[in-house]
Amino acid sequence: MSQPLLSLEGVSTHYVSQQGTRVVRAVDDVTLSLGAGETLGIVGESGSGKSTLALTLMRLLPPAARIVSGRMMFEGEDLLTKSDGEMRQVRGKRIAMILQDPMASLNPLFSIGNQVGEPIRVHEHASSSSAWQRAVRLLKSVRIASPETRVSQFPHEMSGGMRQRIVGAIGISCEPRLLIADEPTTSLDLTIQAQYLNLLRDLQREHGLALIFITHNLGIVAKMCDQLAVMYAGRMVEHGPVSRIFSAPAHPYTKALLGSIPRMADGGERLTAIDGQPPDLANLPPGCAFAPRCPAVTTRCRAEAPPQFTLEPGRGARCWLAEPLSMRSSAA
Amino acid sequence: MKQYITRRVGYSLLSLFLLSLTIFLFVRVTGDPTTLLLEPGASEEDIVNMRHQFGLDQPLWVQYGLFVKSFLTGDFGNSFYYRSPVVDLYFERLPNSLLLASVAMVLSLLIGIPSGVLAAVRVGGFWDSAGKVFTLLGLSLPSFFIGLVLILFFTVYLGWLPSSGAGTAAHLIMPAFTLGWYFAAAHMRLTRSSMLEVLGSEYVKLARLKGLPEAMVIGKHAFKNALIPVITLAGINLVVMINVAVVVETVFAWPGIGRLLYEGISFRDFPVVQAVVVIGGSMIIVVNLLVDILYALIDPRIRLES
Repeated sequence: MSQPLLSLEGVSTHYVSQQGTRVVRAVDDVTLSLGAGETLGIVGESGSGKSTLALTLMRLLPPAARIVSGRMMFEGEDLLTKSDGEMRQVRGKRIAMILQDPMASLNPLFSIGNQVGEPIRVHEHASSSSAWQRAVRLLKSVRIASPETRVSQFPHEMSGGMRQRIVGAIGISCEPRLLIADEPTTSLDLTIQAQYLNLLRDLQREHGLALIFITHNLGIVAKMCDQLAVMYAGRMVEHGPVSRIFSAPAHPYTKALLGSIPRMADGGERLTAIDGQPPDLANLPPGCAFAPRCPAVTTRCRAEAPPQFTLEPGRGARCWLAEPLSMRSSAA
Repeated sequence: MKQYITRRVGYSLLSLFLLSLTIFLFVRVTGDPTTLLLEPGASEEDIVNMRHQFGLDQPLWVQYGLFVKSFLTGDFGNSFYYRSPVVDLYFERLPNSLLLASVAMVLSLLIGIPSGVLAAVRVGGFWDSAGKVFTLLGLSLPSFFIGLVLILFFTVYLGWLPSSGAGTAAHLIMPAFTLGWYFAAAHMRLTRSSMLEVLGSEYVKLARLKGLPEAMVIGKHAFKNALIPVITLAGINLVVMINVAVVVETVFAWPGIGRLLYEGISFRDFPVVQAVVVIGGSMIIVVNLLVDILYALIDPRIRLES
């Protein structure tokens, strides 16, 4: 196998309170890899560390957060050893990110052309006029009608769907190798959502982009992604090819998530909900974090946190139940 | 929208009515102006004559009616002391007040905005703490104290600046600084909080995600947005400054409207005091009304609430 575009090894990001007394393990020991042009979906409930993981990749965390361990190899370089200035050269140019809220992501005081052309001016030192021309072409590529007029308009003159496509245009403006999309469609209505997802897929194909898609919508994962990583309480509890995980989930949490999707075929059957609440990340149980809610819990789960078991190449789960199926314990 | 404006105008007129009534009654509580204007030992007849001449022998409601009428016609009557039209006195002093207020405003913005930005960018750090001390001093130290301390240093000890009067740029420095001091602290506090809010916004996050240099993130994306409320406040404060400079103008003997008011109070010059207070009050009420209407035009949510 050739070298992956991105590979994380044991990355942990903790939030530390000012007195240093409270440590929240927002991202804990995450290992994953992504090849060029592939799409990885990251799912998990609110507070499971998905967004913190994305911001860890961009190294743009709030001041209280620390990346405490791990390696983040991107195109053969460790992003964690880069200086702030070097990291700025990566952001927006080699790795781009799209935020959740299109209504708030654009600055109300600057024209669309100014904001779309900005990364081109900064990273490629392009002149204002050539950046403006590029902005027009980018608007066209994200299928905005009459881009020549739209480019000089302001965010308040656009609909939510248009704004999100503009944010997408900003994301691909410098032809990055990796685009991270943090719940980019949550605030859009369903038709616009579908259009936007198609657009992202087309852009991905045209530009050979690798995509990390953060969502809590498994329907979107099924439609968009090759690989899936499931996060629970800051840990990646299961990962692997989407088709394999959907057909045979190894972790009880993944099973429960898949069981909570409504299906037309099931008719009148009730949806299963997961009992209980996700744990307090500053006060995790000693064993597996999912143990208090797990239907298949054993005494070992409560005492000892499971390591990541590799089930087959590129597929793993953090669950004692997966141990008998594993090729070898990656913790050994 | 029409209903909203009607109601706002109604409130403004009510405020103006209450203001005029209050000042009308308060100046009359201070005593009889004739005792200050006539020489000691003036005859009873002279006093009665003068009271009649100023209309002070008429019932209060008639006097108030005449005051309101004079205000509505734009003629504020004659000063008891100067014996000349109050309007002339007012407009003679207004340019001085405008000059003082403008320079004080520029100073307050030059001090308040950069220090507010610095405090927000280094939130929790040394500059933020220094800024908090500055804000506390600025908002709590009375201007007469600052004025006197400045005179002590720059006039008495160093002999650099004149302590009173007007005419040259040197005369302007200390009064403008004293007047601007409080507003610098107010502008700093608003700049800091406005900047902090904008720095937490999604578009600033996106600007950082684009890989822009921090100077551009703060100077372009955050600063311009943070400035909007500061400019609004500064606009209102300029009107406030023209009208609240009484203490500063008295300390530095600056011939502005504030000093006119001070003199008017000292001599029980009722028409002068009434005119200065009501004109000043009207300016503030009108500016607030305009701001309310502008906000309603900008923000549809305010319109719907009415």
